[in-house]
Amino acid sequence: MPYDFEQIVERIDQQKFWTFPGGVHPQGRKHLSNQTAINTLALPKQLVIPVKQHIGTAGACLVSVGDKVLKGQTLTSSPHPFSVPVHAPTSGLVTAIEERTTAHPSGLPELCVVIEADGNDTWTELKLIADYQQETKSSLISAICEAGIAGMGGAGFPTHIKSTARKKVEFLIINGVECEPYITADDRLMREFAWQIRQGIDILSHLIEPKVVIIAIEDNKPEAFKAMQQVCNDTPAIRVVQIPTKYPAGGEKQLIQVLTGREVPRTGLPADIGVMMFNVGTCYAIADAILHGKPLIQRVVTVTGEAVQKPQNVWALIGTPIEHLLSQAQYQLKKQKAPTVIMGGPMMGFTLPSVDVPVVKITNCLLIPAKKELNLSQRELACIRCSACADACPVSLLPQQMYWHSKALELDKAEEYNLFDCIECGACAYVCPSEIPLVHYYRKAKAQIRIQRDDKDKAEKSKQRFEARKARLEKEKQEREAKHKKAAAARKQATQPATGEDGGAKDKVAAALARAKAKKAEQAQATENSASAETQPEDNKARVAAAIARAKAKKAQQAEAPATDSQGSAEDERKAKVAAAVARAKAKKAAQQTEPDDTANASDSAHAESAEDARKAKVAAAVARAKAKKVAASGAPTESSAETDDDSEGREAQRKAKIAAAVAKAKAKKQAAEQAEGEPEVTEHKPVEPALEEDSPEAQRKAKIAAAVAKAKAKKQAAEQAESGPQATEDVPAEPAQEEDSPEAQRKAKIAAAVARAKAKKAQREARQSGSEDNEQS
Amino acid sequence: MLLSSLIALGLLALAFGLALGYAAVRFKVEGDPLVDQVDAILPQTQCGQCGYPGCRPYAEAIANGDDINKCPPGGESTIKELAELMGVEAKPLDAAHGEDAAPKVAYIREDECIGCTKCIQACPVDAIVGAAKQMHTVITDACTGCDLCVEPCPVDCIDMVTVDPTTASWQWDFNQTPRGDIPVKVIS
Repeated sequence: MPYDFEQIVERIDQQKFWTFPGGVHPQGRKHLSNQTAINTLALPKQLVIPVKQHIGTAGACLVSVGDKVLKGQTLTSSPHPFSVPVHAPTSGLVTAIEERTTAHPSGLPELCVVIEADGNDTWTELKLIADYQQETKSSLISAICEAGIAGMGGAGFPTHIKSTARKKVEFLIINGVECEPYITADDRLMREFAWQIRQGIDILSHLIEPKVVIIAIEDNKPEAFKAMQQVCNDTPAIRVVQIPTKYPAGGEKQLIQVLTGREVPRTGLPADIGVMMFNVGTCYAIADAILHGKPLIQRVVTVTGEAVQKPQNVWALIGTPIEHLLSQAQYQLKKQKAPTVIMGGPMMGFTLPSVDVPVVKITNCLLIPAKKELNLSQRELACIRCSACADACPVSLLPQQMYWHSKALELDKAEEYNLFDCIECGACAYVCPSEIPLVHYYRKAKAQIRIQRDDKDKAEKSKQRFEARKARLEKEKQEREAKHKKAAAARKQATQPATGEDGGAKDKVAAALARAKAKKAEQAQATENSASAETQPEDNKARVAAAIARAKAKKAQQAEAPATDSQGSAEDERKAKVAAAVARAKAKKAAQQTEPDDTANASDSAHAESAEDARKAKVAAAVARAKAKKVAASGAPTESSAETDDDSEGREAQRKAKIAAAVAKAKAKKQAAEQAEGEPEVTEHKPVEPALEEDSPEAQRKAKIAAAVAKAKAKKQAAEQAESGPQATEDVPAEPAQEEDSPEAQRKAKIAAAVARAKAKKAQREARQSGSEDNEQS
Repeated sequence: MLLSSLIALGLLALAFGLALGYAAVRFKVEGDPLVDQVDAILPQTQCGQCGYPGCRPYAEAIANGDDINKCPPGGESTIKELAELMGVEAKPLDAAHGEDAAPKVAYIREDECIGCTKCIQACPVDAIVGAAKQMHTVITDACTGCDLCVEPCPVDCIDMVTVDPTTASWQWDFNQTPRGDIPVKVIS
């Protein structure tokens, strides 16, 4: 530290000060508004209180629409330490909690509580601390926080955070400099309420325990200086000093530099160099909060400029629409080119988006300039590199370099030139001969850099989330795989003795074989068809039968194709079996048809009977088919739901279906046999049935073979009955071949069946022709 | 003379060889640092608009020589940074991968949500909470606006909502407001 405490105090007592680099001397124009006492304002009808009026986080609303609130009632609260509440400025009704345009240069809406004043201005119960010296510091600080006090100089930094001193404070500086032109709110406050400011200073001294208190006032406010001196002359520890007028001496860092010669480190706080600073308005509010229990619900606002008839300072309730203040000061719209209201001073203020916006805790001035009062022109010219801005900069920055880089959006370079040390005082823009709105460029660049930082933070968070998710999915996958492996092993163990998978495979093989056979038979038939033209009708029928068989084979194939696991194959198996049953039933039908044929051949009188039998057999076969289907269908759901034992269940269903089919077949056969009277068929069919009952795909194949054999036998009988004929000779050699299950035999059997069917049909037709009574019987 | 110089040079070569060999082992770099650098520049929306399944795969592709202009959420600034890092020319954004649009977040119309969890599975950053047959909702702060949840929704109840600018996110852009803030001069 260049100077120690004693040296600094000595210098201050001699009225010798340091200075900060740069600075400008704009016209003060404070006389406009500092001539009259602070006026009170008529109660506005409606007040709009933004929920967030300070730096930090906003609290949550404690009231809801329709609530009656009393003056001073807390409207928001937050557990966050960087938050202060807002209070109802008057008693009334909460009519809305909605987004409204607030005092922000963007004109973007923010959440506000709208209160319709009832006119009574009834206070809520006030909790004051009269003897604050007996209270603990923490209770005083929490009382300051509860009162919603945020720095009233302009930044709105929560006061309770600032006053929670952790470091040893040598200088408590009370800022009454008010360096910006036009503004006189602090000036008038010091003149009229010096005593209460003193009370506030005493409370802060009690809290912070500084070695010395310095009240700094610019030398253009002699009345305020006198007033403060008067109230402080009893305490030697409080020094009231007048400092030379120079903009921006009221800046925290600049004032510290002027008074102590110390510079606040760029990443540090004033407390790091043993200094703490409060605005006089804040001191007044602290005294109000502690000694009167009143929260911060009003402040002094300077309404000035040449476009108002009566420039003045007013006590404005927080939330009062600007319009209300303007009408009090008699706003002269015709004196302006366009309606322009600046909130804050001419150097650092901003143009308000509308006059509906409310007064907030940091609103110190409303400037309504007349036509030629301010140079509001936006004639930005090229930079001529005069470096006047660098000379004016109170922070010794290089505004010109920052301007280039900010304009070119080379944000990292602008940052290298310490853009974030810029206090946005506007001195550079004030001196710029090219009228470049320099501060605007800096603000823009700062906002962009902040948003980039936020984006980076968000990207980092997203990355973490993404990677966490990836890791989680990977873990889940591995777990699932392990589970599947375990389940598969368990399944294998469970199914190995039953040879479930083997059976399925065999079945598939069998189905494939059957398909191949069907195809071959078909081809052979095709060649035969071309060879024997005289057997046209039989051939046609055989072709149809073959086509049906093909279609069925295809269907089975299609059903088989998607099947990859044991469940699918089991289903296929079932389908194949059903199809086989159907085929068998058909074969039987054909056989039955041949049988009546036989009887028809034997005696004409039996014609009608045989036709009837054929029909009965058909019905029986249909019933059997339906039953088989039903059984299969009922087996399906259990199969699909069960995971490990679906094979066996499916099998059972299959077996049942098969049994039913076999029984049906047997019945049909028996009838046929009875019709045929003592024919060897029945005995021959018997071995087929037990074979069907065996639950293996082999059985299916056997059943097929048996069906074929039966068909062949039936044919043989038919042939024997016919005694002579070309078919008979063909059929006889077919018999042994069938036993070998050769495709040729099958083909022959089919042909035979087809022929037999044709004959049966013919016989039927004849029977129908023979008499109407036959029809009735059927 | 010749022999001594040869020996000296040989010894030098040996010494440096040993030094380099030791350095290669001692200062071995794990992984590709370039991929990490590229990944740090990418916006981490994990949207897959570049054609890669996430930002890191694209970072790997860039490190292997892929184009740097396939990231619409990053926009021009990302391309600029990538160009600087990779030492290549900055190109305009490849329109085939989408446009640099305003930031968005997903919004689930909660009364229409059937609780199918499809969007939850699609979200690359786990920004959607919900359970099967329960209403889902988006954690706005964690949503990267990648759009990936919109397509799988069977009832089309997810909207991509543009993030409204707030006073905190405002960038002193006076296109929205009629007047500027420019510090004014006092005319004497």
